[in-house]
Amino acid sequence: MRYTQETAKLLNKSELAHGIYSFVLSAPAIAGAASAGQFVNVLCGGYQLRRPISIAGFDGGLHILRLVFEVRGKGTAWLAEREPGEAIDLVGPLGHGFPLADPSKKAALVGGGIGTPPLLPPARFYGANATAITGFRSGSAVILQADFAAAGAKTVLCTDDGTAGFHGFTTQALERHLAENPCDVVYTCGPRPMMRGVARLAEERGIPCYVSMEERMGCGVGACLGCVCQTKDKDGPHRTRVCLNGPVFDSREVDWDA
Amino acid sequence: MPDMTVNLCGVALKNPVIAASGTFGYGMEYNEFYPVSRLGGISCKGTTLEERAGNHAPRIAETPAGMLNSVGLQNPGVEAFLSVYLPWLKQQGTAVIANIAGNSVEDYCAMAERLHDSDVDLIELNISCPNVRHGGVNFGTSCDSVAQVTGEVKKRCGKPLMVKLTPNVTSIGDIAAAAEAAGADALSLINTLTGMRIDIRTRRPILHNNTGGLSGPAVFPVAVRMVREVYKRVKVPVVGMGGVSTWEDAAEMMIAGAAAVQVGTANFRDPMACVKIIDGLEAYAGQNGLKSIAELTGTLTEW
Repeated sequence: MRYTQETAKLLNKSELAHGIYSFVLSAPAIAGAASAGQFVNVLCGGYQLRRPISIAGFDGGLHILRLVFEVRGKGTAWLAEREPGEAIDLVGPLGHGFPLADPSKKAALVGGGIGTPPLLPPARFYGANATAITGFRSGSAVILQADFAAAGAKTVLCTDDGTAGFHGFTTQALERHLAENPCDVVYTCGPRPMMRGVARLAEERGIPCYVSMEERMGCGVGACLGCVCQTKDKDGPHRTRVCLNGPVFDSREVDWDA
Repeated sequence: MPDMTVNLCGVALKNPVIAASGTFGYGMEYNEFYPVSRLGGISCKGTTLEERAGNHAPRIAETPAGMLNSVGLQNPGVEAFLSVYLPWLKQQGTAVIANIAGNSVEDYCAMAERLHDSDVDLIELNISCPNVRHGGVNFGTSCDSVAQVTGEVKKRCGKPLMVKLTPNVTSIGDIAAAAEAAGADALSLINTLTGMRIDIRTRRPILHNNTGGLSGPAVFPVAVRMVREVYKRVKVPVVGMGGVSTWEDAAEMMIAGAAAVQVGTANFRDPMACVKIIDGLEAYAGQNGLKSIAELTGTLTEW
């Protein structure tokens, strides 16, 4: 049995920025099985479809799972209203996450907005060999900088409006970073145009790049074919399940023009 | 302990709960939650002669007490079904229902011929998919075309044939009677109701296919009414589906006239839904002094 449906207990809740919440949960089975880049499917009140939320942290020994999510609609609004001590129904860990090879390699982690949280586990893996380049709309939306620093990663903060850190996009910051620093692997999660730009920069330099895709999901386990993205290989184009074959793909598999 | 087995047009099911086509793949994914041998049967993903890519994403939209989907019959094709999925399914100890779809009567016939000698237990004729441009629901909305495709497939395939009906018709009783007269051994209903959701910021449909099929608890009362109507109209067994989410829903469906039920969208909310429904039905049968769950079928006393 690869998947677990688990009643997790909310231990700690905080609002990191307006509408962005961090939940620390006790979820022994899922925390014990999780790996970087995977997600859980969260039951939100009376809503029919679970909400897929990336895993921002896990500690199998302490039975701890951390989720960071943004209130996007009624389901996540319901979730944000939960209080410590309440039970939350999770299915997970789901999907194929970030391949983590060798912690002595140099990794660039490029996150945009609410795409930033799943990059925390790779940051912990690579520690001082990781550089976390993260971008947000403005200074008031910035999250997780202290967490990346605590993991040992160097941080490069970008904002669209220049109210904090570098005034510009993560792709610009990545280009600069790659010009001055060795890099063996790139991991990215965020808006599709950003990931596409990140993938292009990595591919031009022959650096492996792993992208975490997002799509509206049904079952979350690959059975319903609700969440597909266009991929390509030697056999041609495919519509590939984000929940099962992804959410993380080798950037060269993704057909960005689709 | 009540006897949970049911006989569905000659196919013995260990219990009356079947995982519904399109929500359960070929069973492998949910086998990672519980052994799918617990199920009465699995109705496989709608399968066509050739591999199909399906529709562009987004394919899913949430609705009050339900969801829309517009997957569009993405499937690996019948040869992959026979060589990869069916051998695995046959080892799981549950009835295997092949759900077949096509663009034309010829496609359906070719599928039926291809499956004639296979190990599938039952064929479910999908003439009710609302998400494909050709075929699909077009076959399911007139008595003549239902009779034609049912009759032609029946001639070419020795397997028991269950025809899956669309609710997007004026009189489901007439459609059901036409399928039965043309040789259907069982009927399953309802497929999804065609619907639409719109993103008010972009003023575009949420689904790339514009429309999709509505399923989930929202459609359950419609499904119960249609199962009842069809049960009263035909002699062949009826398999009830459409929003069945709990054992109480399954019992309601059987009382209305269903010999068995299919459970689809509920699996997404609760991956253990089918198992809970089986256990709940068994307890209910025991508490109500039924020797066999099959005694429940059609026991409704109407006002």
